[in-house]
Amino acid sequence: MSLLLNGFTVLCVILGGVFFLAGTVGLLRFPDAASRLHALTKPDNLGLGLIVLGILPRVADPVDALKLVLIWVLVQFGAGTAAQLLGYHARVDRRAR
Amino acid sequence: MSQLLDIVLVAMTLSLAVWTVMARDVFSATVGFMAFGLLLAIIWVQLAAPDVAMTEAAIGAGASGVLFLRFIARRDALGASIGKPRPDDAPVPTGLRIACGALCGIVAMALGIAVLALPSPAPSLAQAAAASLPRTGLGNPIAAVLMAYRALDTLLESVVLVLALIGIWSLSPDSAWGSSPDPFPSPAPAGPLTLFARLLPPVGIIVGIHLTWIGATAPGGKFQGATVLAAMWLLAMMAGLARPPAIGATWLRVLLAAGPTIFLAIGFSGWLFADAFLAYTDAAAKPIIVLIEAVLTPSIAAILAMMLIGPPALAHMRAPDT
Amino acid sequence: MHEFLIGAAVFVLLVAGAGLIRAIRGPTDVDRILAVQLLGSGGIGVLVLLHAAGQAPGILDIALTFAILGALAALAFARSSPGSGGADRT
Repeated sequence: MSLLLNGFTVLCVILGGVFFLAGTVGLLRFPDAASRLHALTKPDNLGLGLIVLGILPRVADPVDALKLVLIWVLVQFGAGTAAQLLGYHARVDRRAR
Repeated sequence: MSQLLDIVLVAMTLSLAVWTVMARDVFSATVGFMAFGLLLAIIWVQLAAPDVAMTEAAIGAGASGVLFLRFIARRDALGASIGKPRPDDAPVPTGLRIACGALCGIVAMALGIAVLALPSPAPSLAQAAAASLPRTGLGNPIAAVLMAYRALDTLLESVVLVLALIGIWSLSPDSAWGSSPDPFPSPAPAGPLTLFARLLPPVGIIVGIHLTWIGATAPGGKFQGATVLAAMWLLAMMAGLARPPAIGATWLRVLLAAGPTIFLAIGFSGWLFADAFLAYTDAAAKPIIVLIEAVLTPSIAAILAMMLIGPPALAHMRAPDT
Repeated sequence: MHEFLIGAAVFVLLVAGAGLIRAIRGPTDVDRILAVQLLGSGGIGVLVLLHAAGQAPGILDIALTFAILGALAALAFARSSPGSGGADRT
């Protein structure tokens, strides 16, 4: 049982890391600011969600588990809202410095 | 593996610091500063100082970043050129650069020698602080230092915050004194920001109160909680759901001053009930500390939020539309 | 397990830090803010992994603080620029 749990954690964390890598590659390689927004919101949040999922079985305290899920939800919400506003800024307010 | 993490952190932080110092304009430096704050928070965690890490994450990476970004917005609205690269500027003389670099290098070297020359184990009062912990009724030694052993420092810090806010307010022209800050150049339309500002503040308020409350026994405290509360108010103002209050409003001034004033009054009452300024009797220590935290947190939250909003009268001073 | 979690934290930190190259090079301001947001999400991931590895008490509260405040800087930037803040042009 403990082996299964450890294996689950390892798998989720590795997958999460792979998605973080995808997010960074997207940020560095996509052509313009508006397309780089996708790298911020999608793979990064999925990566964080997988890491949280992998850590979730290991916490002893239910309050800690609630905090973990809350952290992920807040990051998703915040990054999504920021992406919307930054996208508008990137498309409409074309000012390169 | 933990050492590898430390090495990676140090390498990233140092290179980021170098880039921030050498950045060509204030915006790049601000971005570097925010990233630097986050890396520093992780370093504090590795140094087993979670309270400092939380304050660094809240203030250094959060509030300071917002403060600098708002400065840049005001600068652009006023048409000023502080912090922008100006190609027609006379270059800084090389001799001056070398002198500054040498001075900084000497200071850094002196600090390094001082740290490395400390006797090992370094002298510390940690034992005495931990021994007196049960008398304060607290479980977190950081909270005991801040609220009991060195409560005078905390009192002075809260007063300094009020003075800093008055300093920021004094940047407004005389005609605008007492009016409401008008910090955002265009009204906020409905959209994702409004949804965010409706849904997040209830969660944020609970988290802020939780951080303040948990500070008695675990890493946390009123400063971190107050920053989260201030951020929620700032978010509501950014989304247009709340109007920035007029700085001459009585309720605002009472809110700002209430925390430090009550703290000061408790300090004076220490002469009556214990035998020194800001002394607590053993029995009353925990309730007094809880009371101080309860009144200081809203005050500090209001002070921080008003500092981030800025002084009034951007509208009065707005540069002509270009 | 402990070593694996810290190793994963190192990996996520390196990956998120590599995104800072965009902060250095990115031609527009939005690119730089994006890179810092990426580092923020990565930093929260690092903190969660460090909590699971038991590095210090109360790390989850630090991650919670940063999750709440993380988007604030980007929103302040987008909102404070003249003529922006609206995203309802669907």
